[in-house]
Amino acid sequence: MTLIKDSGRVSGPYNLPDERGHFGPYGGIFVAETLMEPLTELRAAYERYRTDPDFIAELDHDLKHYVGRPSPVYHAARLSREIGGAQIYLKREDLNHTGAHKVNNTVGQALLARRMNKPRIIAETGAGQHGVATATVAARLGLKCIVYMGAVDVERQSLNVYRMKLLGAEVVPVESGSRTLKDALNEALRDWVTHVDDTFYIIGTVAGPHPYPAMVRDFQSVIGREAKQQMRELTGRLPDALVACVGGGSNAIGLFHPFIDDCDVAMYGVEAAGDGIETGRHSAPLSAGRPGVLHGNRTYLMEDEDGEIIETHSISAGLDYPGVGPEHAWLKDSGRATYVGITDAQAMEGFHTLTLTEGIIPALESSHAVAYAIQLAATMRPDQQILVNLSGRGDKDINTIATREGIRL
Amino acid sequence: MSRIQNTFAALRESGRKALIPFLTAGDPTAEFTVPCMHAMVAAGADIIELGIPFSDPMADGPVIQRASERALAHKMSLRKTLALVEAFRRTDTVTPVVLMGYLNPIESLGYRNFVERAREVGVDGALTVDLPPEESGELLPLMLEAGLDPIFLLAPNSGPERVQEMSDLGRGYLYYVSLKGVTGASNLDLDDVERRIRAIKEISSLPVGVGFGVKNAEMAGTIARFADAVVVGSALVSQIEAFQDSPDQAQAQIVDILRAMREAMDASAARDA
Repeated sequence: MTLIKDSGRVSGPYNLPDERGHFGPYGGIFVAETLMEPLTELRAAYERYRTDPDFIAELDHDLKHYVGRPSPVYHAARLSREIGGAQIYLKREDLNHTGAHKVNNTVGQALLARRMNKPRIIAETGAGQHGVATATVAARLGLKCIVYMGAVDVERQSLNVYRMKLLGAEVVPVESGSRTLKDALNEALRDWVTHVDDTFYIIGTVAGPHPYPAMVRDFQSVIGREAKQQMRELTGRLPDALVACVGGGSNAIGLFHPFIDDCDVAMYGVEAAGDGIETGRHSAPLSAGRPGVLHGNRTYLMEDEDGEIIETHSISAGLDYPGVGPEHAWLKDSGRATYVGITDAQAMEGFHTLTLTEGIIPALESSHAVAYAIQLAATMRPDQQILVNLSGRGDKDINTIATREGIRL
Repeated sequence: MSRIQNTFAALRESGRKALIPFLTAGDPTAEFTVPCMHAMVAAGADIIELGIPFSDPMADGPVIQRASERALAHKMSLRKTLALVEAFRRTDTVTPVVLMGYLNPIESLGYRNFVERAREVGVDGALTVDLPPEESGELLPLMLEAGLDPIFLLAPNSGPERVQEMSDLGRGYLYYVSLKGVTGASNLDLDDVERRIRAIKEISSLPVGVGFGVKNAEMAGTIARFADAVVVGSALVSQIEAFQDSPDQAQAQIVDILRAMREAMDASAARDA
């Protein structure tokens, strides 16, 4: 049994959150009274089904035959050779149905929604990946689906908006606040509070009130569980370091969680440093924010001196969020994981490097992880290994990249 | 006795119910707020709920969301909201003021700073929308120690155990959210509200106010028959929005609405007496 240290105190195997959803001082349930009952109902249902053999069998079946799991781990040998440092391995979540890790979670939550007899699904989305993954499973199960999306994001992610509509979802542009992901989350919570009786809210990341951070983590942990076994098969041991991008942090937690008690495995979460942390134009609450309460949980936030949430910036819409999952806040404070920033420009470089050396076009979100892994590998020996979560494919970002590079398609 | 308790005791004595208007601090300007609070009192308000603007008001409908946005556009904050209460208290030492808002600005200021400053300027209570009793273990004792009444929300789906819990932990009054939805929603079933209020009053001896969706004098009059207080927010704030370029007119509209509500509430109380 491995032990981890928190604030100088040695504890047993990692088993957070506690009963009320706390990861140390983070997480919890900070919502208006009307949401307490549906959250209690959701907690009870999740507790019941997470160990229910029929539920697990159905989930496993769907992950295998619908999502296409297990996703492979790929040794990026040419990239590794060019860097001349550690060997880089990629967990290929980009090969999942719908092109990202998001579907691991929506498949799970949709099965739960059906068991709870909730015919109406709502979701928030930023880049549109979670919206598409939600619309996809709703179409398959014949559930009504409404996706809230900031008006700014609707504009810059028109392809995903169209995909959601093709899948039968209603996409509602959110005009309040900064008209981005955080406002879409506010609006989804308002919808939920108004339709609590027939509606299931599928949150796309490891944020929100308990049990969402733990539930979404559990559904995404299939990434780390598979990767652990695959690395053992491929290399005979566990990797020296894990690298994943962190917006809300669902792909990162999905990879990290099964490794938390393996103390020899270092963990790096890569936040979006945008134009650079020093410019203030970024989306890196763990690197440059402070603890506060938003969207139902306590975590690190981007806020001003009055506690108002401030606008974030990243080239990657999927990382453009002022908060972060509370478990990451805890992993940061406890020192178990390290959080670093990668700028827009560095992410672009990572994007091109992976595309040209390995023939894999990563999502801009995942490009942040790739860029950091390249830096990290250069400081390590060739007999060491880094496992990168390639959380999504880059097709959705082609327009953004072309525009940034002054190319008209 | 706190100012809120005094207010409810005096109302009980005279067989009347509390009228509690809400406005967002600094909406549309910082200069508007204090004179409007005084005008509300003159029009028959018994307690004033003053909204702390927040960038992400998850429990509010569009009307109060936009009020927050208008106030934040000129940098209204919790600190400045407290300064507005201080200004109000210079000429009104009787009418209770309850701050209503979200937790993050309070966390940002620091719990201890917040309660000390709130007590200093003459705040009487605070209603923190996204702070359920489960998470209030740190703030609550500080508030009680400072003589600030914690006001809790009750919803249509709060079971009897929760009503009991809020009743034990809360002070001043309980705020019953009259529907499953956000502030300013429009589908209020008053018969259902009445049943719920009667059930709550069997459990709790605290006064119970009804809010979220109270639109006009007629509804206020009906609610006053079975509840101890009527809270009105969006109906007033929408006047500020409609007349944001002519603050005098916005205030006049608010005064008219409150007078009509006061009259209807007193009439229904007199009829029942």
